[in-house]
Amino acid sequence: MILGLYNYWIVVVLMMVGFYIVIAHGNLIKKIVGLTIFQTSVFIFYISMAKVDGGTAPILAEGIKQYSNPLPHVLILTAIVVGIATTALGLALTVRIKEAYGSIEEEEIQEKDNLDC
Amino acid sequence: MKDLFAVIMLSGIYGLLSASFFVAMDAVDVAFTEASVGAGISTLLMLAAITMTGRSEHPVRHKPVLALAVVIVTGSLLIYGTLDMPYFGSAEAPVHQHVAPRYINDSMQEVGVPNIVTSVLASYRGFDTFGEVVVIFTAGMGVLALLSVVRHPKGVAGDIEEIDSLNKSMHEEHLILRIVAKMLIPFILLFALYVQFHGDYGPGGGFQAGVIFAAAIILYTMLFGMSTARRVINQSLIQLFAAIGVLVYGSVGVISLLEGKHFLDYSALSADPVAGQHLGILLIELGVGITVASVMVIIFFNFAGRKDDQQNKENNES
Repeated sequence: MILGLYNYWIVVVLMMVGFYIVIAHGNLIKKIVGLTIFQTSVFIFYISMAKVDGGTAPILAEGIKQYSNPLPHVLILTAIVVGIATTALGLALTVRIKEAYGSIEEEEIQEKDNLDC
Repeated sequence: MKDLFAVIMLSGIYGLLSASFFVAMDAVDVAFTEASVGAGISTLLMLAAITMTGRSEHPVRHKPVLALAVVIVTGSLLIYGTLDMPYFGSAEAPVHQHVAPRYINDSMQEVGVPNIVTSVLASYRGFDTFGEVVVIFTAGMGVLALLSVVRHPKGVAGDIEEIDSLNKSMHEEHLILRIVAKMLIPFILLFALYVQFHGDYGPGGGFQAGVIFAAAIILYTMLFGMSTARRVINQSLIQLFAAIGVLVYGSVGVISLLEGKHFLDYSALSADPVAGQHLGILLIELGVGITVASVMVIIFFNFAGRKDDQQNKENNES
């Protein structure tokens, strides 16, 4: 059944929503929100690959035969925390851009740059 | 949507929803992290950023039709690419064939920790995790370099004055919030320590504990003001702690090198390999927790402190 692939389609839709926000909006904060959505779609991609039918959370216990795959969980767990650290760096850059240019709209920043040359 | 405040609130809700999705997918550790990071800290940081950049967006867009076309083409290519992927939940998928069975079947003998996620994170792939901790530390330093401000306008006496006026105003505003927070903060800190040290047996570990610990401190800062928090938590001390966390992690690796084993081979730490693994995981999770908590606090303090300084500047000018 081709419908068994629906998890990937949800990921693709989310990823494209994030991608659209990043390229279509000029506001830097919105771009960062778009990047976060994009990022979360990759997390969902990994986690949904780790799921095994009938499996449980990968914490060893008596009487459980089937576990979900722990490796993608590890990768994503660290990726989330690294993601927030880089998001914070992006926000810090945005704040500095606001202070230097007085705006966080891409077009206004571009105009000011063109005036300077 | 033009109001950025609403955008950020929605993205916080999205974070919480994806956390509950991760629980449904059996990834409890990941859900834990996403709930505290995606719904908590990242929403907070974005809110702190829009207080400085303004909350409304100009409705100018770059050619939306072109962007839409690019997105639709990319999306359909990706969906075409998924046709070859294994079905959702299938146990025969290639991802379950390579190293995962070894982790599931042998980790109890080799590492002796029931939570497989912790044993993979801290032991099998300890080197990766070390790299990630260094990335977090570097990002913290980056924020510090971009936003840090030299504070000299008032000195300690001014700070004490400000705290006094804050304490007086406490009777008027946010009284209930402040008292409830005062009662809650010890429990939040205690819960963070539980998550930190129980990570071997249940969901949890250094990353989650660090974020929860930082959340407690941030809650305190938001309700009692930056100057009170600055007196409780020394800025340079917390920067030192961020470095100490990375150092603890690294020195565990160096100790095993000195013992003649591989980098981060915990069996060097004790005569019994499994006991050595336990000790090693405990130590490096501690290092991770310290670094994550201090970096999150540093990042928040710098965002909030920058806002305060901007206000001071405006007050001085007017």
